[in-house]
Amino acid sequence: MSSSSWGTAEPHLPILLVIVPLFGALLVTFLRRGILAWALTLAVTFVLPLIAITLLAKVLQTGQPIIYEIGNWPAPIGIVYKVDQLSAYVLCVISVIGAVIMPFARRSIGAEIQESAQSWYYAVYLLCLTGLLGIVITGDAFNAFVFLEISSLATYVLIALGRHRRALLSAYQYLIMGTIGATLYIIGVGLLYVVTGTLNFDDMATRLGPAIADPGYRNAVLTALGFIFVGVSLKLALFPMHVWLPNAYAYAPSVATAFLAGTATKAAIYLFIRVIFSVFGIALAIDSLPIPLVLIVLSIAAMFLASFSAVFEEDAKRMLAYSSIAQVGYIMLGVALANQASLTGSLAHIANHAVMKTALFLALGAVFYRIGSVMYADMAGIGRTMPLTMGAFAVAGIGLMGTPGTAGFISKWYLGLGAIDAGHYSIVFMIVASSLISVIYIGRITEVVWFRAPSESAKTAKEAPLSMLIPLWLLAGATVYLGFDTQATVDVSAKAAEVLLGGIR
Amino acid sequence: MIETLEKFANHYNFFITIFLMISGLFIVIARGNLIKKLIGLSLFQTSVYLLYLTPAKILNATAPIYDKHYATYSNPLPHVLMLTAIVVGVATIALGLALVVRIKEAYGTIEEDEIFAKDPEAE
Amino acid sequence: MRLDLILRVGAKLILPFILMFALYVQFHGDYGPGGGFQAGVISAGMVILYAIIFGVRAAKHVAPPRIVEKMVPGGVLIFAGTGVVSMFLGYNFLDYTGFAHDFLHAHEWGILIVEIGVLVTVCGTMIAMFYAFVERGRT
Repeated sequence: MSSSSWGTAEPHLPILLVIVPLFGALLVTFLRRGILAWALTLAVTFVLPLIAITLLAKVLQTGQPIIYEIGNWPAPIGIVYKVDQLSAYVLCVISVIGAVIMPFARRSIGAEIQESAQSWYYAVYLLCLTGLLGIVITGDAFNAFVFLEISSLATYVLIALGRHRRALLSAYQYLIMGTIGATLYIIGVGLLYVVTGTLNFDDMATRLGPAIADPGYRNAVLTALGFIFVGVSLKLALFPMHVWLPNAYAYAPSVATAFLAGTATKAAIYLFIRVIFSVFGIALAIDSLPIPLVLIVLSIAAMFLASFSAVFEEDAKRMLAYSSIAQVGYIMLGVALANQASLTGSLAHIANHAVMKTALFLALGAVFYRIGSVMYADMAGIGRTMPLTMGAFAVAGIGLMGTPGTAGFISKWYLGLGAIDAGHYSIVFMIVASSLISVIYIGRITEVVWFRAPSESAKTAKEAPLSMLIPLWLLAGATVYLGFDTQATVDVSAKAAEVLLGGIR
Repeated sequence: MIETLEKFANHYNFFITIFLMISGLFIVIARGNLIKKLIGLSLFQTSVYLLYLTPAKILNATAPIYDKHYATYSNPLPHVLMLTAIVVGVATIALGLALVVRIKEAYGTIEEDEIFAKDPEAE
Repeated sequence: MRLDLILRVGAKLILPFILMFALYVQFHGDYGPGGGFQAGVISAGMVILYAIIFGVRAAKHVAPPRIVEKMVPGGVLIFAGTGVVSMFLGYNFLDYTGFAHDFLHAHEWGILIVEIGVLVTVCGTMIAMFYAFVERGRT
């Protein structure tokens, strides 16, 4: 894509990335028919990756961040949107996932949500996308909070639209946890604002240096770091703060689960990285608080304990939800090790995990569409009647284990390299060991699906329709493709990691 | 003793902030009633408003509207931020209450333990 | 007629003034405390008071749910649309400089339009929330 094809809209691309889905959401609410709402949503979500990829190409080409001043007010006064290597990369991941699952959504949503609520579903979906893209693109700490809440509120609604009554309860529990998390974040930002007098991330970073040296401010800064750490960790489901996630993923509509698993925690992880690296600088964290150590311990706990929980699940969606918590553990482990290789691995895993987990949840969505359940007992032997769907599931599952030749291997390889660079050989062993647990839980469902005698519902099931299979196989194919061609993930991640580590004081 | 009291009196709004924060969180954790939890959540959010507005007040300053007779103004930015936060809070509480209404319709109760008794798997 | 005569007459007298006050708060927002958010809440309060005194059915005649539902996204459309118009005029998103010849006037106009958007959305949201909660359990 040549950058000139956008014409006069070119300088406005950062803001367009946020207002296009916002306008889409608003216009969708005026459409009463589900199919029209879907068509508009589809159109909107397909524009977004084009914008995001153009931005990424531009940033990579110039090596300089793109700054957009809203209302033409420059940085410390007004809100600016800042697209650097990291944010452009995460924007691409979110917008691509948001677009790929839309063709899948029409039949799935048509079956799972009543006609009168469908246009609301698409409106809320686009609002959620607006919020997630906004978190990643904004350069302002408070604006990030507002977008965090926009995406969270939309997420609660998406979850509550699930068919089972437990969906309501899960949404409520997530609402309580999510609001506490966001409020803790905003308390931290408030303390930083009192110390530095600014809300802009870059400005904050430059003013924090002198502030930390001043003993009168030091404690306030450390308290702020603590609040933000816990608050954002709640949103990204770091290990002991993950309890909202399995129920939320299990009872949401299938498409919503696939979307949230691929994108929602990723935006929170981005916010975490942005604040810890770009604002505080990891040096501060290492010197004064044992943040990396805490992160390493929690991440490894997530990798093992969540994986164990996944092994004993009987509900496929919950199993994958626990696996998501474990995968967040891998990503945060790389963040904690904070060297070039580990950070590259983490960032690459953001994209790789988004692709693989979305593929897995979409496959379950297709199964749910055909047999109305994703319990192991009902899914027994369904591989024989839905071979293409379960084939894609197997491919993505093999990727999730970290088998060489798939995307999952690449990110874990770099994570391992990062652990060696940091001198923690035991962590390399833990990465391998926890991957073996994922072999067990993926192996277990594979055994159920392919080798057991078909259940009553599996016998009568038909192969999923083409509109579901195409997105599914696209993502499954990407799992393998990204295992060989690492240009899109590792190269970009490496550049983003370089920029992040370069900003450390 | 006097010094401690003075310190307390000088920073009394921070103590109120912390009190609101802790009591809000306590209600969220300790109460089983879904509505009471939301009240606690609302209290928790209210503490943030106070946290932001405290440093925004400048002694002897007036509202930040330009006037010939005044030279010092309060900082308008925290007020604007908190207006936004209040809107977010209203939206959250409204959504929470709407969910509670739906939960009541689905389960016939808004007590957490009774709901879990009806749906053991929901934890 | 029921016994709430004083309430009914009193409400009828007071309703137009509530709306007047809402508009005062709306347009006085440039020079004093006020703005679209407060004005939206006050004008929604008028409809809610009307509904409490004269019944929800009468209120729905005045403010039909169909329109209220459209007001919520409609106001945001006005707000965001202002930003897009400023983009078409060749400025950044929400940079009102192009709206008039003079920088200050242009910004006053821009903020006024944006605040009207806020009024519409807030008013619509409040009434919609009231309708939604008041109708539960009746059917």
